[in-house]
This record gives sequence, C-alpha cells and structure tokens, in this order.
Amino acid sequence: MLRIKTYARPQTLQEAWELCQKKGSVVLGGMLWLKMQNRAVTTAIDLQDLGLDKIEETKQEYRIGAMVTLRDLETHEGLNALTHGAMADCVKHIVGVQFRNVATVGGSLWGRFGFSDVLTLFMVMGARVELYRGGVMTVEEFAARPRTERDLLVRVIVPRKPMKAVYLSQRNSATDFPVLTCALCERDGEITCAVGARPAQAVCLKGLPDDPEEAAEVVAGELHFGSNLRAGAEYRARICRVLVRRGMAALLEQED
Amino acid sequence: MEQKTFHTVNTPVRKKDAMQLLLGKPAYVEDVTPRDCLVVKLLRSPHAHALIEYIRTDVAMKVPGIECIFTYKDVPNNRFTNAGQTYPEPSPYDRLILDRRVRYVGDPVAIVAGADEACVDRALKLIKVKYQVLEPVLDFRAAKDGQVLVHPEDNWVAPLPVGADNRRNLCAAGGESRGDVEAVLADCDRVIDHVYHTKACQQAMMETFRTYTELDTFGRLHVVSSTQIIFHLRRILARALDIPKSKIRVEKTRVGGGFGAKQTAVAEVYPAFVTWKTGKAARLVYSRRECQTAGSPRHEMEVHVRLGADNDGTIRALDVYTLSNTGAYGDHGPTTVGLTAEKTIPMYTKNLEAHRFTYDVVYTNMQAAGAYRGYGATQGIFAVESAVNELADILGMDPVRLREQNMVRQGMVMPAYYDQVANACALDRCMARCAELFNWEEKFPVRDMGNGKVRAAGVAMAMQGSCIPNIDTGSATVTLGDDGTYLLSIGAADMGTGCDTILAQMVAESMDCDVDAVSVAPVDTDTSPYDSGSYASSTTYITGKAVELACEKLKARMCEIAAGMLNCDISDVEFAEGGVRKLDGSAAVTAADIGWKAQCGNDLAARATVSHTSPVSPPPYMAGMVEIELDRETGAVEVLDYVAVVDCGTPINPNLVRVQTEGGLVQGIGMALYEDVTYNDRGAILENSLMQYKIPTRLDMGRLRVEFESSYEPTGPFGAKSVGEIVINTPSPAIAHAVFRATGVWHRELPITPEKILLAQK
Amino acid sequence: MEIRLTLNGKVVCADVRPDTLLLDFVRQQGCVSVKRGCETANCGLCTVLMDGKPVLSCSTLAARADGHTVQTLEGLQAEAADFVTFIADQGAEQCGFCNPGFVMNTIALLRENPDPTDDDIRAFLAGNLCRCSGYEGQLRGIRAYLDSRKK
Repeated sequence: MLRIKTYARPQTLQEAWELCQKKGSVVLGGMLWLKMQNRAVTTAIDLQDLGLDKIEETKQEYRIGAMVTLRDLETHEGLNALTHGAMADCVKHIVGVQFRNVATVGGSLWGRFGFSDVLTLFMVMGARVELYRGGVMTVEEFAARPRTERDLLVRVIVPRKPMKAVYLSQRNSATDFPVLTCALCERDGEITCAVGARPAQAVCLKGLPDDPEEAAEVVAGELHFGSNLRAGAEYRARICRVLVRRGMAALLEQED
Repeated sequence: MEQKTFHTVNTPVRKKDAMQLLLGKPAYVEDVTPRDCLVVKLLRSPHAHALIEYIRTDVAMKVPGIECIFTYKDVPNNRFTNAGQTYPEPSPYDRLILDRRVRYVGDPVAIVAGADEACVDRALKLIKVKYQVLEPVLDFRAAKDGQVLVHPEDNWVAPLPVGADNRRNLCAAGGESRGDVEAVLADCDRVIDHVYHTKACQQAMMETFRTYTELDTFGRLHVVSSTQIIFHLRRILARALDIPKSKIRVEKTRVGGGFGAKQTAVAEVYPAFVTWKTGKAARLVYSRRECQTAGSPRHEMEVHVRLGADNDGTIRALDVYTLSNTGAYGDHGPTTVGLTAEKTIPMYTKNLEAHRFTYDVVYTNMQAAGAYRGYGATQGIFAVESAVNELADILGMDPVRLREQNMVRQGMVMPAYYDQVANACALDRCMARCAELFNWEEKFPVRDMGNGKVRAAGVAMAMQGSCIPNIDTGSATVTLGDDGTYLLSIGAADMGTGCDTILAQMVAESMDCDVDAVSVAPVDTDTSPYDSGSYASSTTYITGKAVELACEKLKARMCEIAAGMLNCDISDVEFAEGGVRKLDGSAAVTAADIGWKAQCGNDLAARATVSHTSPVSPPPYMAGMVEIELDRETGAVEVLDYVAVVDCGTPINPNLVRVQTEGGLVQGIGMALYEDVTYNDRGAILENSLMQYKIPTRLDMGRLRVEFESSYEPTGPFGAKSVGEIVINTPSPAIAHAVFRATGVWHRELPITPEKILLAQK
Repeated sequence: MEIRLTLNGKVVCADVRPDTLLLDFVRQQGCVSVKRGCETANCGLCTVLMDGKPVLSCSTLAARADGHTVQTLEGLQAEAADFVTFIADQGAEQCGFCNPGFVMNTIALLRENPDPTDDDIRAFLAGNLCRCSGYEGQLRGIRAYLDSRKK
C-alpha cells in the first residue's frame, strides 16, 4: 500500500525541484506502478499545474511534456505520421485506454523499466530527455543515469526529421507485458535498433546493416537475454532474431 | 423426440436484474451493507509449512481503533470443511478457523478487526510471530506416503469413506472398473498411453470474496455474503463457530461472479467469528492477491490415459488414473476427481468393452483447491479428448469421423455413468452441425499463410452432468399475490447466470402469465425453501423442476379456492388462461380474483412449496472446433474462430445459454493458452495478481460462434438439462489439437504458451 | 487536506487524506457503481471520467482530482440507458460487477468515435475485463445499438 503524508502541487519547476530534494519525496507520474508499491512517501509531488501535459511543435522538434499521457502519444497525428505509426504501435498494447490515459511519458521513462515500450522506441528515434537540472541528453544517456537522482524529467524532445520507424513486440496475451520489444529506426541513412524487455532495460545498437537476416544476426549476437515469469532467455534470444528480421523488412518497405 | 411449444420458456427475455446492474445500482455486498462496521483483515503465513512457536498481539492491540485480534488460541477446536456440499460432506474435516500449524503460504495466522483499514493494516504489521519452519510438500507427485505429513493432527476426520488417510497425505483414493481392461488393452491394435497435466487455474471472478456480518435484533448472527451456497454456509459456520445453526441467518446479495469459487466458504468464517465474539458488525473483503493465493481454484491434476483401439478406429478400452492435488485442505478433493472419468469415458460408450478408473487425491503445502466450473471434468476432458485426437493422428483418421464412430447415442445405456440411459442425447447432431458451421473439411488441413504463419484446426467434445443424483435438492415456493401476480422463492443462487430469470420464466410458463408478473424473492436461509445451492450445473434441472412442480401444486390449490368462489366442486373447474374456469365454460375467476379471495375469509394458503431431487443426472453434450493461426517463428497462437454446438436440452432462455457458452469458451481459451499457476521454491504463488495471472481480454478470443442442437430431457423442467459447466471443457483439447496440427508436437501440459510451442518445435 | 471538485455535476468539498484514492473517495460519496476488481490497474472496473476522459480511479489520488470534473455512472444514467438496453437484450450483463466500468468506457468510446468498427470497440474496451460473458454479447449489444441509430 502506498501511504502519503503530504500532497503537493508546485506552481513552478523550481518549487517542484526543491520539494524533490526532500527525503522521502516522490514525483507522481501516472502513479500506476507507484501505487502498487508498499511504500511510505513524505511528499507526493504532482506536476499537473506546470503545463507539462502538452505536445508542443516547433519547426525542428516535438516537445513532449512529462505529463503527456501514453494515450496522447497514441492519438497524436504528427508523432504518428513521423514514426509511420510506430508511436501508436508501441503503446496500444498497454493494458487499456483508461490505463494509458493515466500513465505519463515522464513516469514511463523515469522508471527506466525493462518492459518500457516508450523508452525502447524513443531510444532509436534519437529523442532527448530534458532534466530540470541535468539538462538535455539522449535517451540512452538518461537511461544509464541512476534512478536515485533527485531531478525532474521535464520533457522529451523528438527531432522532426524524416525517419522510418517500426515497433514490434511479442506478448503472451494481447495486453500483457511484452516478452520482448523491438524498435527500429532509420535516420540520416543510419539504422538503429533497440531491444527491450530482455527482460532487462532496452539496449540500443547503431549502424545496423539493412539486410534483415544480417541485422538479426548482429543484434542477436550482441545482446544478452534473461528469464522471468513470462519467458526464458532461450526463447527471448530466438524471437529476438525474428522480430529484428521482420522489423527490418517492414522498415525497408516504408516510403520516406 | 418430443417437441413442445412454449410461450415464455425458450424465449430470450431480459434478465430481471439487467438494467439495475448495467446502470450500476447498489447490488453487491459492499454496496448494500453499512459502511460503518469493523474492518476485518487476516495476517497470513509467509511459510508453506510451519508451526507457530509463539504469537504476540499485545503491541498490535494498542493501535488506536483496534477492536480485537484472534489467534489459534482463541478459536474452537472443531475441525470442519469449507466445501459447500450436502451433509455428510465427502470432504474431510481438516480445517480450524486458525490453526497452530500453517499449511500453505497465505494460511491465516491471525484475524484483526478494527475501526478502519489504516489501523488494521498497522496492527497487522505489529503482530509478532515466531515460526518453526517445517519442510513443505511442494511436489504433488511425491506427496502420497511421503515423509512430511500435511495433516498429522489427531482430530482430522473424514466423515465419509472416501479412501482418505491423513497418515498417507491422502484426501481420497479409490477406483472402479467394468470388464477386464488389461485384457482388452492387450488385444487392441493400438494403445495411446500418455499423462496430461493441468494447473490450478483461478476462477478470477471480478468480485473477490466478501462477507458482512452483524447480530440481528434477536441476537442471531446475520451473514450477508457473496455466495452460491446459503444453506451449506449456515451449516459450515455453525460447525466452525460451534454454535447452533438456528442462531445463524445467511443472506446473499447479487454475486459478482462465482464459477464455483463461492461454493466454498472461503471468507465467511472470519468476520462471522469477529461478530460472534464482539457483537459488532464486521466486513471482510478479500484483495485480489488473497483471491489468487488463498482462494479455492481448480485442482491441479495429472491424468494418465490408456486408450485402446483397433486399426479401424473402434475404441474398445479406456483406463484413467488421476492424481489430484487438493493442496493444504481437502475442500472438494474427493468429489472433483471422479469427474475426470465419469464425464469422459461415457462419451465413448458405443464400442467400449472395458473401462477402469483409479485415483489418488493428495495433500500438499500449496493453495487449497476447490470447485471451478467443470469440476474435474475439464481436466479429464483435456486428457481423454487429447488422447482420442492422438489416436486419430496415429490411425490417419479424421478425428471427427473417429468420434462419430465411437460416441454415445441417444438411448444407449452408459456403463461408465452409473448405467444411466442417455435419454436425451444430441451429441451426434452437435458434432455434425459443428463440422458444418466450422467448415471442418476445409479447415482441418494445415494451411501455410506465409511469413512463418500457419492455420490449423482442432476438435473436442464434452459432457457434464445436470446435478448430483439423489443428493442435490432444490425447492421452490410459489405464492399467489392479491393482484394475481406471483412471488417465487428459491434457495438457489443467481451469480450472474440468470437463474432468477429463467426460473421466473418457468413460473410464467406454468401459470400462463407474463414473466413480468413473476417476482423473485431475495435468497435468505430464514425465508427461502431449502436448496443445496447453485453448483454442479443443477439449478435449471433440479430447482427448475421444483418450480414446475410447485406451480402444478399451486394451480391445484387455486382451483380449490376458485371452486369455493364458484360454488362448485373442484372437479368441475380447471386452470386455464392464467385463471380458473368452470369446465362447462359458464363462469371463471382470474388469478387476481383468487388472490383477493385468499386474503378474506380463507383457510387455504395460496402458496405451494415443492422440494425435488433426481435419481439421474442427464448429461448435456457439446462439440467444439477451433481454428488458430500459429506463428512458427515465435510460437504465438491467435485464436481465429471457435465454433461450439451445445445440447443442453431445451434452452430455457436462448440468450442466457448463449452467453454462458461464450463465457465458458473464453475461460477455456485462457486456461489453454496462458492462465498459469506456478510456485517458487518456497511455495509462494507467482501469479498473485491480474497483472501476472492473465485472463483473456476481448482482444484474445477471436470470433465465437455458438449454436444449439436441442434434445428433450424427459426428467427435466420443460425438457431442459444444464449448460453452466460443460462449456469450459472443449477449448483445451481442441487448441492442443490445433497446435499439434500446426507444429507436429503434442502439448500435454497446460497452458500452451508461445515459449513452450517454439522450444518444443522440431 | 481539503479538496474541491465537481462530482456528477455537483461541487463537492471534502476533507481527504493525501493518499485517499479517487475510487474510495467516490464510493464514500455514494457513487458505489465504481468497483474495485484488482490492485494492479488491470481490470477497468473502477473507470470514471475525469475531465471527460476515462481514467482508472484506483490509480488516481482524490487529491489529484482537486479542481477537476469527475463523472461516475451515477451521473450519466440517461446517456448510459440509451445503449445499455441493447446489452440487456443480449443477456450480456451477466454478474454485472464489471458493467459500470465497461459502460463508462463505452460512453467515452462513443463520444470520441460515434461510429466505431467492431475492431475499434474491442481495442477501446480492451482494458475492461469481464470473466462471465466472453465479451461477444457485449459487442453484439453495442453493435445493435449502433445499427439502431443508423435506421
């Protein structure tokens, strides 16, 4: 059970950051995973008043606020046009509409969960994460930082450059956690692949050959897989090849 | 076959509670009982097997708001069973409300009651328990005659001779046979000999277990529960609490799904004990985690089938040995196991020369099992139907033809079914219609769809019962109201199935009135006539017949009252068009007239009660066929199409039997493909939530097509049999069959996950 | 702490604990149609509309609803009655425990997409579990309603 002593709705990022420095404080994303924990929180920080629930468009980029929901990503025309639908593909299997209306981009990324679908896709898209104090960095750099860090994830920044993108996942049932996720993206002539739910955190490989078989070989050779309730390492290793190969084939079919 | 026409029976009337439920009106235990009552929660054992060395509650008792904390020291030393069964129960008396020995991870250690959830949660953390941790029995194959005993206690009792022996970890054991099975098997051209393993699947009804208790004005214990078994529950509580049954009144509300789970008194004893001890109202609501780890799931079973046949496809012998894992307690252990043979072997009556069934039901330090839709038949049908499909493959025969060659037909005596005659049996028509609807000839061959995907089909058939013969007892009281409407009282439990409505349809049919003119009274041990409860697929067949007979009796009584009104002899009147008229047509009175008269200067009660039992349990039958698309590169299975054709006798309400069937199919699909129950090495269940225990969503079940091929059961009400349980039985063997067709591998353990499929592929 | 929100069209001021869930809060306010079916945000039984969007009230703090508009089935009876009769005509309500969450999400679906395909319906309602009905009857009911509107 989640117990909360104080609930706060800071009015500025600075105020939120200051609250965040307090021991026992936690920033509320969608609160979905947080709620399932048996944990006592001194200050729960709700970022809803900071205007971070918007996807802003500039000529160069999409600026996705931390409080944007997964459902917003799913239904956003611009992001889906840019990613050839991969954005919707990566979230549409997550439990249900009501869940995705609650789950936030910030929460999904901050947890750096192995099963995170959005993290996997953002990684290959060259997206950057903006932390309030830590500044702007690639999703990969962000993923490597310690979760204990007391900073605020403000937004995710996606460059508006033409790309090809594919997102595939394998699940035991339609809305279950993925057994394996695979995102592929081609930008500026370079193909990047991220594989998540290994079950550990997604890993990103750059500069893949554009032959599906070869790419599958490279990725499967580089990555290590583990076991959890949903499947064992051997199964993951085998389907990794399949997803990469299929993903690559789909990527090659996309028009610029 | 007898064909009758009806005006209300066999029509798709709306469920009487439909609009209230759809509009979210208060209907369930937590909605209709006072908020202001003690909150009850249980401290549960973290160990699979342990003795409590000491338990300290003094610190926890100091938490403000805590009313009481009970431990094993405070409860009666009367062992009882939680299984809702007719007395004397076949299930052993092996439980105490709280025991010094804990027997599975989740076994209750203390009952805590307090003013609100927060204080109870705090107190739970402050109870100090020291355990002497014992070696648990976690392998059900090694439980029988193992070194470690789950129930070594002296006051363990098996009320009926079911072959139980607590010194051998046996909850039940036994067998029966007809003919010389070994000799026939030795003489057969082919013997299929395999073991099939099914898991302890969860009912996962949306409403978890929950009960409210209070003392009424007379000082009696008033229990309001989400239960399928009000009368059994009263008896179980009386024994557990060691108080007279007359001191207990049990009432049910709307039930948010049961599927057998609520045929066991899972949650009731705890708040009942609190209220009885403190005099205060109390409520216990199980969390989903408790429901998944301390509920009453399906018995895990291993079914060893030896099936003997000749090369021409004649099935001559069936030998079934079932090992059933009842877990820490024996609720429904001795009774579920029998259905693995009783609901499988008779399907192959036609050419069968010999059969044998032997079984052991063992105790382990795992979650206690209970009753789940299908009740052993599901496990047995997965095994036997898979074996028949394996035979078809070995013989190179079409599995539909093979079944048609061997299946039971109407009029046959079924030696493996207590020599009962299949009075009403449309299994042959079900199979033929199913094959036609499904387009079996075209879909059975494996089709390559490209990109690693293949389509394949599988088939299975099933039977079940319609009651427990000579035991299940249903009653109905029908009362004429002063406006000419009727009130139906029953003790059976509508848990969403719609029995209140279909029984009202029967009253309307009998009394020749509109179904809106029939009300159904709340179900309450103080006011409802006795009923064993809603389980064993019995409500339509048993309670329904009681309703039909009560209506006949009430009609006679109405004629008697009317004869007085018409100043004639009772032999001069008849019940017609919803009223009573003189045979010569010269005068008539309406039901309302009789209702008025019954309240004025009358000494004839306008009410009739009938109890009913049946010496036979006519099986419903069905055929099911599935088409899957299997991804050979990932092992993923997509169910594309499921066709089921069911013979449930007369469908009393075609809508409700259809939805029952669809719901059962989807539960069966979940069981076949992903509903799994696994334990860690310490004996804790890993699938302890709906996040880990995946039940099908509406994206997981493909297209369902359901039809009915009705027979007319002469002993049932209006020709009806049953439908509630049979519908879960065909998906597992049919899907396993389709997976074999697609991959060349038989999967004899459920669930058949993508990982198992891929790694087993050659 | 004090919160102020519009619940089913009425302004409600209440004192809640910071960790009170919206689910428990609305039930305390008498909106008992809202049900809890799990603790892991999987079942959809607790679906309410917050600012018009379907959300899981089991995973939302009452405090977060401060200043917002919340609707439960108690407040949307007429809108629901419009189509649930078609589900009743299929017998697909069954035990009924999942119905309020499923009906609320269907309201959200029909507001967003008045003419959904069967696949749209399945996808939008995927987060509403039902263990009784096998889902087909619910789909038939919604389909029958949509068809009736076209006539």
